[in-house]
Amino acid sequence: MQATPSQTIGPFFHVCLPADETAGRLAGPGAEGEALTLICRVLDADGAPVDDAMIELWQADASGVYNHPDDPRYQDHDPAFPGFARAATDENGECTFQTVRPGAVTEDDGAVHAAHINASIFARGLLKRAVTRIYFEDDPANADDPVLACVPKQRRETLLARRDSAQPWIWRHEIHLSGERETVFFAI
Amino acid sequence: MADPEYLYEPYRSTIRRAPRQPLILVPETLSERTGPVFGHDAVTESCSDLTRQHAGEPIGERIIVTGRVCDEDGRPVTSTLVEIWQTNAAGRYFHQKDRHHAPLDPNFTGAGRALTDSNGCYRFSTIKPGAYPWQNHENAWRPAHIHFSLFGATFGSRLITQMYFPGDPLLEFDPIFRSVREEPARQRLIAQFDLTATKPDWALGYRFDIVLGGTRATPFED
Repeated sequence: MQATPSQTIGPFFHVCLPADETAGRLAGPGAEGEALTLICRVLDADGAPVDDAMIELWQADASGVYNHPDDPRYQDHDPAFPGFARAATDENGECTFQTVRPGAVTEDDGAVHAAHINASIFARGLLKRAVTRIYFEDDPANADDPVLACVPKQRRETLLARRDSAQPWIWRHEIHLSGERETVFFAI
Repeated sequence: MADPEYLYEPYRSTIRRAPRQPLILVPETLSERTGPVFGHDAVTESCSDLTRQHAGEPIGERIIVTGRVCDEDGRPVTSTLVEIWQTNAAGRYFHQKDRHHAPLDPNFTGAGRALTDSNGCYRFSTIKPGAYPWQNHENAWRPAHIHFSLFGATFGSRLITQMYFPGDPLLEFDPIFRSVREEPARQRLIAQFDLTATKPDWALGYRFDIVLGGTRATPFED
């Protein structure tokens, strides 16, 4: 059967999404691992903030296990870590997530993926979601990551979150939908 | 591919926001084969009846919107969250940035949630939304539509789309609808009037079946 096509989320999704009660929190109380605040900023081709986007994040827990039965290590997952959240951007194009630093994810075939957060961006003017990944700039495992290996070297830095020098628990990540610094987006 | 391209210039907001670089195809990993189970706790009976969320009854034509959610192999997608949002009967969103000069309805928010059942079916009672003008081009009007958001089984199956109504004369002028370039794919965005889905003496019924993609059929070979 043929898939139903995507359409833009439009500017008025706040009527329904995101659900206020979980906005921005991927980690429940007592989640294991290094707690961090991730501030994402969405920008358009001119570098102007996109104030009506929604970002959804999906990630593995601190030991690299997804809260999903198809993860072969599901029995080891942290029950205090749902691993999903969504939030709407503000007038600065920013939204803030509370999470823990994910662990590296090991596939059935032994392939190891460096710690990363999967992200979907929806907005007025995006006829379908933009899918990207957020890696951590200080992670030596990035060098061997099989997905980063698919990305031309000069564009890999668009996928790296930066640690705030003054407040080390805060990570910042810019998502450029278009323009000279366009973020890498994936076909999945 | 049924989805529109990012850039469709007649829809002006795509010009500054559409990614221009080719998407990078990556091997399917655990990150896409898994996905969130989200929002189930928040769904109650009243969430799927948008006509009963306030003290009084909303103005407008009551309708039932129902359908089946399945994957590309026709298997039902069960127990997945379906969220909808829409204007009221006058074409106005309950949203502070909606400046359309049309009345708000104190008895209609226009947001609903439901979970699909064991057959993949969902059902909403609501009010038929109105058309409204927008600033995309001269005398631009959006056809009546209901926004749909679905998660499906995995990160890869996530879908946000819009449902339209059959026979709407505005469809042929709407760049968002027309951004889907293939006619058969475009037709899949239009609900069908369904007499069997009506509630006699109460509301007309529309059927909107949804097929979620995101499961890669076969890895391609060079």
